Amino acid sequence: MSFLSDPRWRDAAAHLPDYLGSHVQVSLAALALGLVISLPLAILARNHAVSRGILLGLASVVQTVPGLALLALFYPLLLAIASLTLRWFGFDFSAFGFLPAMLALALYSMLPVLRNTITGLNGVDPALLEAAQGVGMTPRQSLFTVELPLALPVIMAGIRTSAVWVIGTATLSTPIGQTSLGNYIFAGLQTQNWVLVLFGCVASALLALAVDQFLTLIERGLRERKRLHTMLGSVGIAVLVTATLIPSMARAPSTYVVGAKTFAEQYVLSALIEQRLQAAGLQASTREGLGSSVIFLALAANNIDVYVDYSGTLWLNQFHRTDMPPRERLLAELKEILAKQDVTLLGALGFENAYALVMPRQRADALGIHSITDLAAHAPTLSIAGDYEFFSRPEWTALQKAYGLSFRRQRQMQPDFMYAAVASGDVDVIAGYTSEGRIKEYDLETLADPKHAIPPYDAVLLLAPRRAHDAALQEALKPLLERIDIATMREANLRASGSNANSSPAAVARWLWQRIGRQ
Amino acid sequence: MALAPLIAYAHVRKSFANGHDAERVTAVDDVSLDIAAGEFLAIVGASGSGKSTLLRLANRLLAPDSGRVMVEGEDVRDVDPVRLRRCMGYVFQSGGLFPHMRVADNIAVTPRLLGWPAAEIAARVDELLELVRLDRSLHRDRLPHELSGGQQQRVGVARALAARPRIMLMDEPFGALDPLTRDTLGDEYRALHRRLALTTVMVTHDMTAALLLADRIAVMRAGRVVAQGQPAELSNNNEPYVAELLRTPRRQAERLNALLAGASAG
Repeated sequence: MSFLSDPRWRDAAAHLPDYLGSHVQVSLAALALGLVISLPLAILARNHAVSRGILLGLASVVQTVPGLALLALFYPLLLAIASLTLRWFGFDFSAFGFLPAMLALALYSMLPVLRNTITGLNGVDPALLEAAQGVGMTPRQSLFTVELPLALPVIMAGIRTSAVWVIGTATLSTPIGQTSLGNYIFAGLQTQNWVLVLFGCVASALLALAVDQFLTLIERGLRERKRLHTMLGSVGIAVLVTATLIPSMARAPSTYVVGAKTFAEQYVLSALIEQRLQAAGLQASTREGLGSSVIFLALAANNIDVYVDYSGTLWLNQFHRTDMPPRERLLAELKEILAKQDVTLLGALGFENAYALVMPRQRADALGIHSITDLAAHAPTLSIAGDYEFFSRPEWTALQKAYGLSFRRQRQMQPDFMYAAVASGDVDVIAGYTSEGRIKEYDLETLADPKHAIPPYDAVLLLAPRRAHDAALQEALKPLLERIDIATMREANLRASGSNANSSPAAVARWLWQRIGRQ
Repeated sequence: MALAPLIAYAHVRKSFANGHDAERVTAVDDVSLDIAAGEFLAIVGASGSGKSTLLRLANRLLAPDSGRVMVEGEDVRDVDPVRLRRCMGYVFQSGGLFPHMRVADNIAVTPRLLGWPAAEIAARVDELLELVRLDRSLHRDRLPHELSGGQQQRVGVARALAARPRIMLMDEPFGALDPLTRDTLGDEYRALHRRLALTTVMVTHDMTAALLLADRIAVMRAGRVVAQGQPAELSNNNEPYVAELLRTPRRQAERLNALLAGASAG
């Protein structure tokens, strides 16, 4: 099969109107808000060295915060503000998706506009400022009829830089729930679907390039006073925005939103839930690639309707519990705690996706390591790798405390690369997931945890408060409960980690449904 | 009956902060100077003598530290500076035209600020283009950078005259032009000054131009007016600096005379 006839291109293209439209929407809103804030600030500060310094300094600091972190920070911030406005003024707003993405991106867009506006205004020939004053202009008239028009080419150059930055950074708004071209990239990275990653990168690069070219045209038109250039550029931007926005606006909003975290199993399970809901005649769509700290809050705030979480994760990370009851009791207690927040724990899917320390079977045999207790003696000479959150999670602290673990070196890795890394000996031990298909494929051994430092991680279905009494939804989901065992989930995950046409989350979900539906 | 002066400086002093030094530089030092209605006064001096500062004090681009500046009998401090400037024409060194505006828009700036009706402004622009001898169809819609230096300065004069001011302030108006253009423009302006019954204050470092154009000349040095009077009065002045300033035009005139006489004799 040739590279271009791969059916995954078609799958990717099918999402383009939605992803591109949302991407343009959030970028445009952010840029507009950024301009509305930066332009007046720059104008006010232009003749005042101290405030100019403070302003540019602050904007530079914002710029040094990585885009992903800035976006992630806005979610809890808005959530807190929303709960305050609810308490004080009786209303709240969605802190999920569009709003935090727009605010963070707007903040991100400010520096080039601020800098260029100040530079442009201060670069106007003082003789012309005196002329404006001399012919009888007020400072305001001078600003609007002389200074701003003359600084406009420089300001436009700043807007152009901002636009390109914002379009690029908007791909990172996927984890806080804003659909964007980043959905391709995040989904592709998690499921090792390089076609998707490439598609997302190329699409956002083309968008940025097109916008850059049109804005360059406008800027040249302003600089050289050629109306044709300015007009062509403006028409280009207008056509681009309209063409990308109209299809996404015409789209009917789906009634049920299924959330998914940022790894392959979650993509498969959310696709499965979406398919089951659609089979039951319900409107459904997925919101993928949500950060694991965002997704529960999004559910509790009714921004998404249903998703799969893991009991241990909720126990430790969401409710900060340190006691470790046995599996059944933990599940029952969790259900009670969740009910207090109006979140329904519908039931368990039947498998566990726990953290486990994993190493190649041969290596483990050679060193005589079969449990974490055995590992502790060798740890000072070994290296360990975990996903981006593992070493800051309470599980790691519990493991270190229970077994006195101390490794020679610890590394963070993209979860999908860990298994190949430990199989090839790049690292000695990884903190893997028990439902991972490649554990079997690479002949890896999950080390026993005799001291029960790691809690149980039953996969559980959670429903948003507004779906607590939704019988149709619950009926559609019931056939999934207690039906997926660990072997089935491992095989599904292994399929999803392949890189062919049958490894898309939707295809794997269909396979999974056939497997469990037949039982 | 002696007319009250149209512009009167009385013991005016103006100093500027000098960069990092705490010490201030005095630009205008206790100057008193009257300019009568209809008069064409040239203020002559080297650069840094304070002549441009003196001019800017008249329309309150600068405010005096002490002393008083009266225009049409009113202390400029009591008048709204924006209104004051709109009723005085100002011609800037090398034009000072707004590069993003067409010639017609540059000329129309002050009438627009004053809220004239559009039709009246359009008619006035055409009238002014004719007055400063620019071809209407050729220049009306040009941008300043498409014009020669002389044409730009003609537009500068037209813009200053647009709102029919009684007073014209000119800051080295013809300094950046080639000698022939400078001469033509100077003569043409002199004719306009008389025809429109203007009162003109022109700042220049060119004593020859001042002698040829102005009714009266004030000589400035280090912030002070060291001499003033009509050309003939100046030549009788004892101030050595005035003699020095007059030496160049005199010698040039003598040499030119000798050269031209020699040519005709030969």
